[in-house]
Amino acid sequence: MRLSQLEVGEKGIVKEFTDLEMSVKLMEMGCLPGEEIKVERVAPLGDPIAINVAGYQLSLRKREAHTIILQ
Amino acid sequence: MKADIRVALVGNPNTGKSTLFNVLTGLNQKIGNFPGVTVDKKVGYSTLPDGRRAEIIDLPGTYSIYPKSQDESIVFSVLADKANPLSPDLVVVILDASNLKRNLLLYSQVADLKIPIIVALNMMDMAKKADISIDIDLFAKKLGVPVVPISARKVNGIEQLKEAISFANKFALQEDSIDVTTIAPQLVEAIGEEMHIDNPYLALQLAHQHETLKFLTPAESERIEELEHQFSFNSQKAQGMETIARYAFINDLLYDTVTKPVTAHEETISNRIDKILTHKVFGFVIFLGILLFMFQAIFSWSAYPMSLIADGFVWVQDNLHPVLPAGPLANLLIDGVIAGLSGVMVFIPQIAILFAFISILEDTGYMSRVTFMMDKLMRKVGLNGKSVVPLIGGFACAVPSIMATRNIENWKDRMITILVTPLVTCSARLPVYTLLIALVVPNKNVWWLFNMQGLALTGMYVFSLVSAVVVAWVFKFILKGKERGYFIMELPVYRMPRWKNVLFSMYERSKAFVFQAGKVIIAVSVILWVMASYGPGKRFDKIDQHYAQAQYTQHISPDSLSRTIASAKLENSYAGVLGHVIEPVIRPLGFDWKIGIALITSFAAREVFVGTMATIYSVNGSAEKMQSVYEKMHQAKNQQTGQPVFTLAVAFSLMMFYAFAMQCASTVAVVYRETKNWRWPAIQFAYMTVLAYAASFITYHLLR
Repeated sequence: MRLSQLEVGEKGIVKEFTDLEMSVKLMEMGCLPGEEIKVERVAPLGDPIAINVAGYQLSLRKREAHTIILQ
Repeated sequence: MKADIRVALVGNPNTGKSTLFNVLTGLNQKIGNFPGVTVDKKVGYSTLPDGRRAEIIDLPGTYSIYPKSQDESIVFSVLADKANPLSPDLVVVILDASNLKRNLLLYSQVADLKIPIIVALNMMDMAKKADISIDIDLFAKKLGVPVVPISARKVNGIEQLKEAISFANKFALQEDSIDVTTIAPQLVEAIGEEMHIDNPYLALQLAHQHETLKFLTPAESERIEELEHQFSFNSQKAQGMETIARYAFINDLLYDTVTKPVTAHEETISNRIDKILTHKVFGFVIFLGILLFMFQAIFSWSAYPMSLIADGFVWVQDNLHPVLPAGPLANLLIDGVIAGLSGVMVFIPQIAILFAFISILEDTGYMSRVTFMMDKLMRKVGLNGKSVVPLIGGFACAVPSIMATRNIENWKDRMITILVTPLVTCSARLPVYTLLIALVVPNKNVWWLFNMQGLALTGMYVFSLVSAVVVAWVFKFILKGKERGYFIMELPVYRMPRWKNVLFSMYERSKAFVFQAGKVIIAVSVILWVMASYGPGKRFDKIDQHYAQAQYTQHISPDSLSRTIASAKLENSYAGVLGHVIEPVIRPLGFDWKIGIALITSFAAREVFVGTMATIYSVNGSAEKMQSVYEKMHQAKNQQTGQPVFTLAVAFSLMMFYAFAMQCASTVAVVYRETKNWRWPAIQFAYMTVLAYAASFITYHLLR
């Protein structure tokens, strides 16, 4: 299961990443293995998405969300 | 100013760092540049309770010490380089108490550099509202540093923070957060030994960042590179390991010191606002409405102060003329320097209003929602959600907008944004368009509702946005990106704007504009003045002799005679000669030599057009007297055919030229400043001139 596959309102727990470069940037922002993520909303044109992680809201593109594998 | 202690403010974006800086320093601050880079350096002074003076440096907001942009790279180079003239004695790290986890990452990195540190726990009121309780004593004990709870917005705890600064230790006493040496043990040891660095985290950071650090010599940087190969160091993997270790430390710390409500309580206000503001339909409608309101405000609110400033300068010029001894020096000062200055100053109201809006939109958190909504659309044409801000700002002035591209991390996205921003109809084009439209478009209503002149002007605005988007799309294929584009951005909680920050931003930006762009504009206007006031050889003397004959002095009023002379001198000045020289080139666009002079002078700044037209068609008084310029241009006839000069075709051809041409010395200067390479302003100048010529040519021949 990838983060990009979650619907609005669904939750998941980060397991690992498929992309090293992206993982470093995501982890810096508190999005790291073991963290719970909730998809908060999708931008009006369908991309990017906004997620709730580590107690705040983070937006990222679907392509980036696709590099996050959930448990 | 001498200070007894130097304090650096460090923190994540949106933690209230600037607010704290403003509260600590008041108006006692100045903006400069960090040496060698174009990042704004904010420095201020604060008096401590014990009477000592503290110099406060506001470092750019960042999520981590690993930089993702030029602004962010400043943080590490100031903190790590002991030889840096700004190297602080003490760091105050601002943490958002309602969002501690992510905030603590930066703290733990900075703490490991072993500089004396104080934690300012900001937004305590917000944390309380969210039922987050923090055991501050235990928190401070675990970190080993003083922790001061504050609320910068409500000015709570500031005195206690100042007290903590005055009592601050000279030595770093913080506890280690993670064991850095486990990440790359041999490399850290080798760098530490060879470069005499006893701090393992500093050594590790040098390994990560040596390529961009200015305080390392090329030899040192090369040696680090060699060592990295020797110990097969992978920067990204190492950073990942470090981040995971740090968050493990942070989770432990928070587990012991912070209690949060177990169940997330009802939907936050911010979430409810987002449901409306980023709604599929209303989201864009509201955004459009805000934009319309902004332009209305920029144009209508600035009209009165702008005419005040213009009139003020005219008054100064009028009053200086009789006082100063007549001569070339007085003319240079009054008609060259002061006229040039007034050209700059007149834009202050528009820039101040634009930045008031931008700072409100950013402060409230709305700007990041706009970025969020527009990203997909902008990406299609080779831009980035974050390009929206500079493009919108471009409607007022390209100069500050190009400076605002700095927060676009991706190099290619940023370059394309810089390249197309000057295409957006800026406020300097407005006087040109209004004058030309008034000349050729009838002031009539169509469909009862729409004024034709208004429609033409709106058309020029829409056209500029479309052309910016199309050009961006073309550059998407031409430019080769070095790095992958990504878009990982915090959506901060909605907050009320801090009006004091808005005022600061208006003041700072206007000041920066006057000093930075002002220098160029004054220099160019002085050159133009010289070119328009002197002619080659003895041409001017001959004109004076010619018009001194009795047939002129006796039959023509002195007023109209002096205008005729001025007009003849202009034609024979260096500028006039140049106008004649380029006439063959611009004839296909429908322009004569007089328009040629205006085009040349407009390369300093577009709004010079009206002033030049005023001079060429020998109108006395200020360029603001649009009616008189209008009348003269309206009556201007082609000497050979007797037809009016400004036909529909010529006027629109001219407008097209102004729409595309890079006629702004300040923009050229700022693009160079931001890109640090003359290639970019050159490319921009070239493509815009070619487009301007082509668009003009086509327009002229279609409408003729």
